[in-house]
Formats: sequence, C-alpha cells, structure tokens
Amino acid sequence: MTRNRVRGRLPVVLVLPAVLGLAFLLVPLAGLLVKTPWTSLSTLLSAEVGEALRLSLICASLATVLCLFLGIPLAWLLARSGLPGRGFLRALVTVPLVLPPVVGGVALLLVLGRRGLIGEHLDAWFGISLPFTTAGVVVAEAFVAMPFLVISVEGALRAADPRYEEAAATLGASKWLTFRRVTLPSVLPGVVAGAVLCWARALGEFGATITFAGNFPGETTTMPLAVYLALETDPDAAIVLSIVLLLVSVGVLAGLRDRWISGPT
Amino acid sequence: MTLNAELRVTRGTFSLDLDVTIAPGEIVALLGPNGAGKSTALRALAGLLPLNSGHITVGESTWDGTDAFVPAEKRPIGVVFQDYLLFAHMSALENVAFGLRARGTRRAEARAEAARWLDRVGLNGYAQAKPRSLSGGQAQRVALARALATGPSLLLLDEPLAALDASTRLQVRSELGRHLADFGGHTLLVTHDPLDAMVLADRLVILEGGRAVQSGPPAEVARQPRTDYVANLVGLNFYRGKASGTDVDLDGGGRLTIPRPVNGPAHVVFPPNAVSLHAAKPEGSPRNVWPVTVAAIEQHAHTTRVRLDGAPNVLADITTATLADLRLRPGDELWAAVKATETHVYPA
Amino acid sequence: MTVPNLRKSKSIRVTLAVASAALVLAGCGSGGQAAAPASGSEAPKVTGDVTVFAAASLTETFTRLGKDFEAANPGTKVKFNFGGSSALAQQLNQGAPADVFASAAPANMKQVTDTKTITDAPRTFVKNKLAIAVPKGNPGKIAGLADFADAGKKIALCAEQVPCGAASKKVFELAKITPAPDTLEQDVKAVLTKVSLGEVDGALVYKTDVKAAGDKVEGIEFTESAQAVNDYPIASLAKAPNAVTAKAFVEFVLSDKGRTVLSAAGFDSP
Repeated sequence: MTRNRVRGRLPVVLVLPAVLGLAFLLVPLAGLLVKTPWTSLSTLLSAEVGEALRLSLICASLATVLCLFLGIPLAWLLARSGLPGRGFLRALVTVPLVLPPVVGGVALLLVLGRRGLIGEHLDAWFGISLPFTTAGVVVAEAFVAMPFLVISVEGALRAADPRYEEAAATLGASKWLTFRRVTLPSVLPGVVAGAVLCWARALGEFGATITFAGNFPGETTTMPLAVYLALETDPDAAIVLSIVLLLVSVGVLAGLRDRWISGPT
Repeated sequence: MTLNAELRVTRGTFSLDLDVTIAPGEIVALLGPNGAGKSTALRALAGLLPLNSGHITVGESTWDGTDAFVPAEKRPIGVVFQDYLLFAHMSALENVAFGLRARGTRRAEARAEAARWLDRVGLNGYAQAKPRSLSGGQAQRVALARALATGPSLLLLDEPLAALDASTRLQVRSELGRHLADFGGHTLLVTHDPLDAMVLADRLVILEGGRAVQSGPPAEVARQPRTDYVANLVGLNFYRGKASGTDVDLDGGGRLTIPRPVNGPAHVVFPPNAVSLHAAKPEGSPRNVWPVTVAAIEQHAHTTRVRLDGAPNVLADITTATLADLRLRPGDELWAAVKATETHVYPA
Repeated sequence: MTVPNLRKSKSIRVTLAVASAALVLAGCGSGGQAAAPASGSEAPKVTGDVTVFAAASLTETFTRLGKDFEAANPGTKVKFNFGGSSALAQQLNQGAPADVFASAAPANMKQVTDTKTITDAPRTFVKNKLAIAVPKGNPGKIAGLADFADAGKKIALCAEQVPCGAASKKVFELAKITPAPDTLEQDVKAVLTKVSLGEVDGALVYKTDVKAAGDKVEGIEFTESAQAVNDYPIASLAKAPNAVTAKAFVEFVLSDKGRTVLSAAGFDSP
C-alpha cells in the first residue's frame, strides 16, 4: 500500500526514461525468447552442450576466485595506500574494459603464450603452457572481468571509514588482521557485488577466451564459443544455447541476490 | 611508571607543543575549544600520529622519540573514541574480545574475559547484540569495556560523553567515573565539556591554540582561571590588571576595589550573581559602582544573564523579580555594583 | 530511409529487364567497361553507391577491386561489409540492404538463395585450396599432413562449422588421417593469429590466407588439397537498391581484370 503511494509520487522525467531503459534491456531478450524453437529444445541439448555449460560455470567461478585473490588487494592498494600516481594506476586498471576482448586475448598471447615474454619461460622451466588449456580460459576470463571487481571493491573501500582501522590498531591488531577482520567485512557488500559482476562478465566472455585459449570441446569450448560456432551453421541451435546460458546465469544471480545482495547497503 | 610526554606535532599552519605527565592511577583531562589540538595530542599518544619532535615515555620504555616509534598496535593502550567506532559486523562480545584476540589470547579465554567485562559494565545479556541495536549509553559502555579489556597501561578517552543526550549523560558520567577510579593505569580524557572534566579528572590541562595555558586540580582551575576561555568555562567575570593596594587598574579599562591590598600584575574574578544592577547610582558602603549599557539578555533555567558593556564589561545574573522591576531592554543604561568582598584576587 | 529506397527499387524494377539484357550483351570479355550502357538516355547508368557483402577472406582483394571499379566507373562508390560468410548470409536474410553477396562457400550462398533474395544464379568466381600454414622457420618441423595426427605438436584447425573447417575435415577424410588439434578456431584469421604468434606448430588454412598473412607465416602445399577445393560464389541480390551497378560490379569481379587481382592473391580460377 505504502509502495503504491510512493509510486504515485514518482516524477515522470525519471519514470519515462527508466521504463525505456528497462525496455531497451529486455526487448532483445524477448526477441530471443520469441524466436526460440522450443519444440526442438530437447534434441538440441546434446552432451556437448552440457559439457560447454559445465565448463562455462567452472571457468567463470574459478576466474572470479582468481579475481578475488588478486583484485581485492589491488583495490585496497588503490584505495588506502598513499601510492603516488594512484589516479593513473586506477585508469590502467580499467584498460581491459575498453580494450576489445580479442585484442586482450592477443595481448595475453604475447605475454603468456608459448612464445610470450613470460610464457616462454613458463614453458621452458616448468613445462606450463596456458593457451589451449582450461587454465587459459580462466586466465582470459579473469583478465577481462577483474576491473569490475576492482572498481566495485575500491569504491566500497573508499566509502568505508578508515577510523575503524585505527580503532583496530589501538586494540593491538596488525594491519593484516585489521584488513581481514575489520576492513573486509565492512566492504563485504561491495565485494559481493563486484564478484557477481565479475562472474557474469566471465560467463559471457568470448573474444579474449577464443583468442587466448582457443576452442576445443571439453577443454576450452565455453558456452559463448559454442553459441558463436552454432550460429555459423544452425541459428536455431545458437538461440537455444543462448537461452540455456541465460537461464542458468539468471538463475544463479537471482539465487545469489536473495542470499547476499539484498542486505542493506 | 609515570607517563611523560613532550608532544611536538606540526600539521600545516597548526602546531602542538604540549608537555603532559600522568602518574599511575591519575586521570588527566585535556580541556580546550575545538581546534585547540586535543585530538592531535590523543592521536600522538595513541601512536596513530608520529611526533615531529619530543618524546613519549612510560617508565623505562620509550613509545616515541628521536630513534624509536612504537606503532599503535604495539602500545599497551585502550582508546574510547568519540563515536565509539564499534565494529558493526561483530556482536558486543566480539567487539570486546577483539583486542584480546589481536594480542594473542586464545578464543575461548578471550570470550570469557570479554563476557566478564560486559558484565562489569552492566551489559550482561547484551553479548550477542550488534552495535546497531544498542542505545548510545550501551554502545559507550561496550566501547569502554573494549578499551579496558586488554588491560592497557594508558587509557585514552576522546569526548566519551559527547554523543549522548543530556539525560543519559548524567548516569553514564557517574558510571564512567566509577570505572576510571578502578582503573590503575594512566588516563587521559579529552573533552570540551568543563563539567565532564571537573567531575572525572584529578587534574586539568587547558589547551588553547596548541599550547597548555593552565593546569592544576579542578577546584583550583575553577577558582583561579588564567584565561578568558577558562573563566568562561567556569562562568566567572575575569579581569587582568595591575594592583596597587586595594585598587586594581584593569587592562581593558576601569578600576576595581579589592578586599585586601596586593601589588603587581593580578587577576580579579567574581561570579555573575555577585553583580547587582540599579536604575540609579546607589549610595553608601565601599562598593565598586560603574555605569553600564545592556548589550544582551539571555534567559537561563532559574536566572537571567545580562551582558553589559562598560568599563569594564561585565556579566550579571539577576533574578526574574529584578528583571521585572527594571524592565530591561538592550540599550538601557544602568549602574552595576559589586562588593569588594565578593571579588577574588590572585597574582597573574 | 525506407521510403526513398522503395521508390528507387520500383523504378529499378521497371528498367530491370533492359539492364539485364545490356549486361548479358556486354559479356565477360569486355572487362571494366562491361556495364557501360550501350546507347541512349533511356539506358540505365552505372552510378551511385553499391553495397557489397563479402567473405572476410576477400578483404584485401575486394578492397582493391572496389577501388579499380570506382576508377573505371566514375560516379560510383563501392561500400564493403566484410565478415564471416554465414554471418553475412544471416544479415541478408534478415533484410540487410545490400547489392552484392560474395560468399566463401556455396553453402552460405545457398542460405540466401533459399529465401529467394537472389536474382541470377550465383556464379563461381574463384576457387581456393587449403595449405598448411606454419610459423616462420617452421619451428615445429611440420613436413606434411601426417604431422597433424601427432598429439605432441600444437595444431590449430578451423571449426567444422566454418568453411575452412569443413574443407579441412574433407581433406583429412580423404587422406585417412585423424588429426589431433589443440584448438578449433572460429575463422581463418584467428587461426593465422595463432600461427603468426608461434602458438601452434601448424594449421590448415586457405592458400590465399597464407599469402595474405605476410612473412610471419609460411605455406606448405600438399597433394590432397586438390581434392577439397572451395568455390566462392558471387551474385547480385533481388532487392538490391542499386541493381544496375550491382550487376556491373559482379561482372567486374568476373572480368579478366578482376581475375588478375584475385590470382595475384593466390586464388585459383574456377
């Protein structure tokens, strides 16, 4: 009831663009749903699709974990340290956002590829070669998705009151303990939001993945790659695959939202 | 094990230059207006801000000095912050246990000790409460328990009662006084409220513009203020002047008669209720009588405070009956009278 | 946009018969002048913009041919949309306004003809063969197609869904070799990126792609390739906004001059 009264007061200048914005996001989705050949759904869901879906979920999740491990400390560095040139560093962190993913993939090859600056040594010393492996998919996805996490967590850290960290210090807590027990829990909503964005981006990743990790069923063929190749011969199959990916990701995100994100922030 | 500190800190145009000594068990209140450097002094003692020069020593150990700096997390201190800064995601018990855990006490032991402290501050039953659900007074007590639980040798209180409303304040102040009396270490209380300082502290240090302008036991400071700020805090009319015999020529103009002869620079004080106001110049008895103009009238609970311009300016507290008699309005011209025996004189 | 287009296409339809006749008369032999109207002010003129959808592998050659065509027919402007043949076919079937479609595989052309967006029968203008591509210096020591079965070597192939992948599959079947690829790429350019960066030891791509890739990639020809030749069909489209110029451009590609450019890039004549 209260909500209705509130809605009645919402200004048109906000509601109109908001509704247009929602339509802009949802209409292409509706188009996809309308065109879905529901009857052939079951026949198109082969074992390969299941494999691609499984691989997508695993890789996106691992990439998110990797981003959390590297991205949270990076965000902390950007938000808390008095590092000179932080503004420039912050701009650099967003590079993967503006870089066409394919270019990102090539850049990864140049560094981590078999002949890459670092990859060459990885190969020679440890026999590790990332391209064309599942690990390569994780690396490519993490590269593209990390900025989402870093930006989100850094924003939360900058909004958090640093005096709580001082309070922890006066209680005898080391910097590391303070970070773990005081800072991190206080920015948890930002971390969760960043991780969700990160995961979603990783799940839909195509360009950097196919360029860096290639495409081989069961090893590097994630759903977006499967969709793209299906589009070459069978657009119907591509639509079905997209719908499957969409349903799974929306399901996961909605589930997470109920658990984590709805908290007061 | 006396705490001895020479706090020299420069930040931009502001500089703090303050010497503090606190004996074990002593409670020193640092009293001063906003921007006087109270928080800077507290942060320096806490180790959140390194000194530019000077030193902080407690007994044999140096916390800050020319070649030593002990960071906050290594100092045996407890701090109660102005808005408490309780960790919102932890329960009251976890907040109190945090310092013990951070200093290496085992989990079960730390929780048991934290529970004892909550009990001691009267929060038995609030162990699992999150800070958000606590009242201001309860949060203050958790903050105090958290600061004391680690058994610090220096307790720092930053405006510990400022965030409370007047009714809670009275009760929390007396409780705080009880806990401070039990505490055997050094206590520094930072406040801008003279009442908190007077009630809680053994000794006051008045800080203005980064310098200590006066220090001493509360009663002495209250009786013999040395600056306008302190006089204002304790609510006295305060004048500087040069005494010869029973006359004091005031620096700001005017002359006052005092009860016994003094010579040289002196301070003269008398309370506002020692001032009587008259429509016509009163006759007789050796009095200080001078013409004044009403500048402002403030209504207080039971009295009316009248701000009067003249030589010298003076504050007068009058009864409502007098107010009615005189029908005072700003701009009215009156006579102020103060008995010599009501004045208190001490060397400057 | 749509209204003028409709009007234009109506007028075009009126003159369509005349135009076709003129083109047929002009024939293949007369090169760049093929589309020039024979006589009279009534005859359709080769002028204006013409939009060509062409397979990605034609990027270099068609860009060149477009410039030559514009030079030979003042007043014309050739606009290209290069992309994967199947993506282009899909765009066309969804109604993308184009005049000419040049596909890298008959299958994709068929997708378009099936929906009757083509006027004339598509004509094969070049053929392309597969070749083995190896990084400069052949560090993986690939000698022939048999090495593609070696799991110890890093091998890239096109995915079966795209033309070069389909052709590769055919070649391996003929040679009775089971390849052990490490990756199935979405197009030839992606394969070549991996070869030129040395990420793979060998790959199967078109001869023309090896040539276009420059000196970072070396080509090795192999006998079985002759049995998996890929035809490139071209056709002007029924709904072409500029049908006259479209047909002229198709003829230009099929002309001697067009062929010279295409064979210089490594394409074989049909």
